[in-house]
Amino acid sequence: MGTNRWEHFSHDADIGIVGIGATEEQAFEQAALAMTAVITDPAGLNPQEIVEIACEAPDDELLFVDWLNALVFEMATRHLLFSRFEVRLDGHRLHGHAWGERVNVEKHQPAVEVKGATLTSLHVQQQADGIWVAQCVVDV
Amino acid sequence: METSLLTRKSPFEWWIEPFGSMRVPAIIYADEALIAAMDNKVYEQVTNVAMLPGIVKASYAMPDAHWGYGFPIGGVAAFDPEQGGVVSAGGVGFDISCGVRCLHTGLRREDIEPLKKELADTLYRTVPAGVGSTGRIRLSDSEMDDMLTGGARWAVARELGTAEDLERIEEHGCMQGARPDRVSHHAKHRQRDEMGTLGSGNHYLEVQYVAEIFDTPAAAAFDIQLNDVVVSIHCGSRGLGHQIGTEFLKSMAIAAKDFGIYLPDRELACAPINSPVGQSYLGAMRAAINCAFANRQIITHLTRQAFANVLPQANLVLLYDVSHNTCKVEQHVIDGQPRELFVHRKGATRAFGPGHPDLPPALREVGQPVLIGGSMGTASYILAGTAKGEELSLSSSCHGAGRSMSRHQALKQWHGRQLIDQLAQEGIIIRSPSTRGVAEEAPAAYKDVGAVVDAADVAGLSRKVARLRPMVCIKG
Repeated sequence: MGTNRWEHFSHDADIGIVGIGATEEQAFEQAALAMTAVITDPAGLNPQEIVEIACEAPDDELLFVDWLNALVFEMATRHLLFSRFEVRLDGHRLHGHAWGERVNVEKHQPAVEVKGATLTSLHVQQQADGIWVAQCVVDV
Repeated sequence: METSLLTRKSPFEWWIEPFGSMRVPAIIYADEALIAAMDNKVYEQVTNVAMLPGIVKASYAMPDAHWGYGFPIGGVAAFDPEQGGVVSAGGVGFDISCGVRCLHTGLRREDIEPLKKELADTLYRTVPAGVGSTGRIRLSDSEMDDMLTGGARWAVARELGTAEDLERIEEHGCMQGARPDRVSHHAKHRQRDEMGTLGSGNHYLEVQYVAEIFDTPAAAAFDIQLNDVVVSIHCGSRGLGHQIGTEFLKSMAIAAKDFGIYLPDRELACAPINSPVGQSYLGAMRAAINCAFANRQIITHLTRQAFANVLPQANLVLLYDVSHNTCKVEQHVIDGQPRELFVHRKGATRAFGPGHPDLPPALREVGQPVLIGGSMGTASYILAGTAKGEELSLSSSCHGAGRSMSRHQALKQWHGRQLIDQLAQEGIIIRSPSTRGVAEEAPAAYKDVGAVVDAADVAGLSRKVARLRPMVCIKG
């Protein structure tokens, strides 16, 4: 298994998302993919529309939540589902892009909308082996 | 949860005596089996809430309590602004003023049975549901502000309901103190095409029949009889509320540090009620409450249209509309003294007892209807507020069953299509844009709502009036 991957973890009412990457940026990108997987299978998406994301927060963890919430906003207002991400970090500033496709209910069978990323089980950290993990619970 | 961690005060009342930074005790209302099934996180969260500044009397957890965000879902906590009390965005939740509205139809079960499929299809076509669905009403900037100030009253003025509807909504359908100017451009933008939409997840519109009456006089006061057909609508303030919750969670997490508030968990993000960020949140949250009222009012209008097409003899009259994610200013008597408190109910229903002045005259004698949502195949309940509930839980009760299984587990266990067929055999017609969504919301992925309601009844938080069974479910 490669370093870059995503996972879900259980939460009573909702669902936890985890991004794992060789860099902090890649962990953020993988977590975004995990968030899409809450809604639909990312493999079924054709990433043709691009959206630019910029956010800033006082620390890594709030920045991670901001990144996810910026994606939630773009999904909700543009009716897009994203399957490809690119993140650049500069201190506690994030500049990124997300590529996605307009929701097609028949094709994507979206299970649930994500209302927002929460501060619950929120961690952004580099493990002893150098691998970055970014995670939190999302409210659905 | 380990019962050994708790002090049992009665068969349905469990205390965590204050320790460490707790300012008040934590009290959980549930029977032994529900306590045993509760996640240990509920213990941690209900204890954490008891540490917040200005908390009054106790941090409460209702029988359906489960692991939430900062506050447990099923959590109730009141704060006194005169004692440095706080308001918490996490204590209200993302789906501000999510709630249940129940309508009479004037029809009997046998009237619906032969036309059930047609009714399901018409409702599904008429009421937008699911991810990415949009409403037919688009609001200009000034209309948006009017809606956020007026709530259901705004909708009724647009002929999307009747004056009688307003009588049967908390706050008479219009939350005072809303500040549309405190609602961000982003939140308004997110709401622009979501007016009159159900949303997704556990939100639904159900046609139900009254399957059992527990309290005949209360049922008579609520004007319900065995085999009467009602419609229940479960949804909230949609994207606007979600965005307000998101934004204030962050600003309060940052502000709490400035105010020197110790947060045992970041998600408890809060600010003093008497602070600029606290006041901004209250103004925005109240606007979101109005958005939820207006949203459920529009859906009611659409439901009436759908019924008029299929069953023109139907007469949809509102029984009650009550929210379960709010912070409200209420007067409560604490140690013999009336005090004005900011009561957070997160996945908990207000349950005013008989005689409460805020209840409409027709309901005042019997107490407030408490509407408990089900989960597709399972029952829903109508309860009534009790006098005892004021002393026990600041007039609060449970709100639903709560999940017993994660979405992931549910998806592994059920296929949406099979579930829809199985429920059809039980006489329940499901219409949903997403079969995966149906699988994740499988009835058996939820706890037994009957056990939750029994605990609320025996503990005295509210009393059982009627049990409802679904006939049609439009699932978001």
